[in-house]
Amino acid sequence: MKFGILVNEGPYQHQAADTAYQFCKAALAKGHRIHRVFFYHDGVHNASKLTEPPQDDRHIVNRWIKLAEEHDIDLVVCVAAGLRRGLVEENLAPRFRISGLGQLIESGIQADRLVVFGD
Amino acid sequence: MGGKVKRFMYVNRKAPYGTIYALEALEVVLIAAAFDQDVSLVFVDDGVYQLKKGQNTKGIDVKNFSPTYRALEGYDIEKLYVERESLEARGLTEEDLLVPVEVLSSEELRELMEQQDVVLSF
Repeated sequence: MKFGILVNEGPYQHQAADTAYQFCKAALAKGHRIHRVFFYHDGVHNASKLTEPPQDDRHIVNRWIKLAEEHDIDLVVCVAAGLRRGLVEENLAPRFRISGLGQLIESGIQADRLVVFGD
Repeated sequence: MGGKVKRFMYVNRKAPYGTIYALEALEVVLIAAAFDQDVSLVFVDDGVYQLKKGQNTKGIDVKNFSPTYRALEGYDIEKLYVERESLEARGLTEEDLLVPVEVLSSEELRELMEQQDVVLSF
């Protein structure tokens, strides 16, 4: 099955970012595909290269990057939500790209299931 | 988009102000209108307040975006559903809402949700 993922919450603040990641890992392990992960609302902070958690904690941003590299997943950050929160191209982590909400709708059209993670 | 029309339902569950979910959900809906999909909006829980008439946000210095709901018709988004139980629990009636809606019971909404291809919840 081909999944689209929507992450609506920031990392570290809320479980949703972790759960979305764990869902992706589990789905991929079962042989499913992740069409795209779309980051919206405070979810855009998942893509900040300025993120520096303490060394004994998980690195949520790097985790996404690794997952994208290993499974060629499209990581898309909403431009409007990003701008509102100061997330622009120059502080975007590798493998993420900035685009519009149309990418979310397209993911809903292309994927067999669109799964929303948020409050 | 290649002729494939899916049924998209946007579920609005939160009050219009206090968090950004309602405003950013509306932004998604406006973009979605350009994709020629079958779009419907549902308002449940505190989400019913998004449609309340007479919103005035001057005191909290936040943009009052409620007039946008009236513009949805211009985007061919005409299927708006409000859960009856949520309205009643908040002492509201259909007359308190700023746009025409269809009021459905939670059971009827459940059935409608089952018919959707994509349900986005905000």
